[in-house]
Amino acid sequence: MTLRAPLLALFAAFASLALPAHAADRSASLYQMHEKLLNQDGKAIDIDVYRGKPVLVTMFYGSCPATCPLIIDTLRAVERKLDEPQRQELRVLLVSLDAERDTPEALRQVADSRRVDTTRWTLAHADAAAVRRIAAALNIQYRQLPDGQFSHSTIISALDGEGKILTQSAELGHADPELLRVVNAR
Amino acid sequence: MNRAHIWLVAFLLAAWGFAASAAPAAGARISGGQFDPVLPPAPNVKTTVVAPYRLDVALVSNADFAVFVRKHPEWRRDRVAGLFADEGYLRHWASDAGPGPAIARQPVTQVSWFAASAYCEARGARLPRWYEWEFAAAASATQPDARDDPVWRQDILDWYSKSARGGLPAVGASPANYFGIRDLHGVVWEWVEDAGAMLVSDDSREQGDPNRNRFCGSGALSLEQKENYAMMMRIAMLSSMKASYSSNSMGFRCASDAGTGP
Repeated sequence: MTLRAPLLALFAAFASLALPAHAADRSASLYQMHEKLLNQDGKAIDIDVYRGKPVLVTMFYGSCPATCPLIIDTLRAVERKLDEPQRQELRVLLVSLDAERDTPEALRQVADSRRVDTTRWTLAHADAAAVRRIAAALNIQYRQLPDGQFSHSTIISALDGEGKILTQSAELGHADPELLRVVNAR
Repeated sequence: MNRAHIWLVAFLLAAWGFAASAAPAAGARISGGQFDPVLPPAPNVKTTVVAPYRLDVALVSNADFAVFVRKHPEWRRDRVAGLFADEGYLRHWASDAGPGPAIARQPVTQVSWFAASAYCEARGARLPRWYEWEFAAAASATQPDARDDPVWRQDILDWYSKSARGGLPAVGASPANYFGIRDLHGVVWEWVEDAGAMLVSDDSREQGDPNRNRFCGSGALSLEQKENYAMMMRIAMLSSMKASYSSNSMGFRCASDAGTGP
């Protein structure tokens, strides 16, 4: 007998059990947290550095061999599909999961090698406790592996000017139409 | 002993009693060591090393949490930010300020991961990491690792199969295990610091699914020791909870690195 079926049932049971408790809508903004970050130039910033603008926010790590470059490509794919005024308005915040190695200097290198426009994009360092809280707020799961790499879910959140999470996308490699819709709707 | 001395002694005793009842129980020191957890560190790695740590002997009670909320009113249920807690947060308390006497000694539940983390941080501690929790919970009353003992395992499973919707017992009411820790089984589920690091798949999505990129890096973990249902249920519960969720069966305790904190 395989154990997969009962396990699946178990996970499904918990997933459905956990959902109804939070059904009521409660206004939540990412900017209700007051996390301090350092940008790629070593400047101290707050997590609401782009308050007032539409923002795409996600997490990554600089030494990631495969998927993290893909995250940047995906964010760019979204930008390319926007109309020019929306593109000019949009801001991108990438917070590193790797509190140890992604110093501002390391992030500046990533920004330069990927030719990131840091007038509209920010690559940010946060300390380990802040990384945990920010990932929790963005519903990003991550885990540091014994070899120092990170395994993590890739969720891009679209925020409005007040930090409210409008939608979250787990799609990689192309511009998720739902992300485009909420950013273009402004 | 003159009268002044008696008063002084009485005062000190009262102060000690107050401190003892207001401060949560100090943690027990656990030396850790090599450990094969149910949740493997990586897909091809079975063993981890748990560093020495301190773990609260008992769960955090409603009364303990009320002391915290009085000092940090931003965590009152009528003031908490929606980002940090869902509608169920402390819903079972008698008022916004406290639980009321009936449930004061019961473990606090209906708290989000954010709130539990903030509570421990205010004590100069943190939530236990999953491996620390699993390490402590592997002990029976007499052995540090009783996971191969079928009798002990059955005892634990009996709790999970009971649908005990009655009142919770007072914190610390269950017998101490080998490490002196109570309430690890049979009372509530518990938040851990790395609740967002479970990365467990429901199996179906990873098998031949083109959308495998849900997890960057090495993909989802598959659980070891599939006969250890009790631990798997814990992991399933934790991986189904978002950090703002609360549940009437989810509580917590605090931990710290050995040598610091409580």
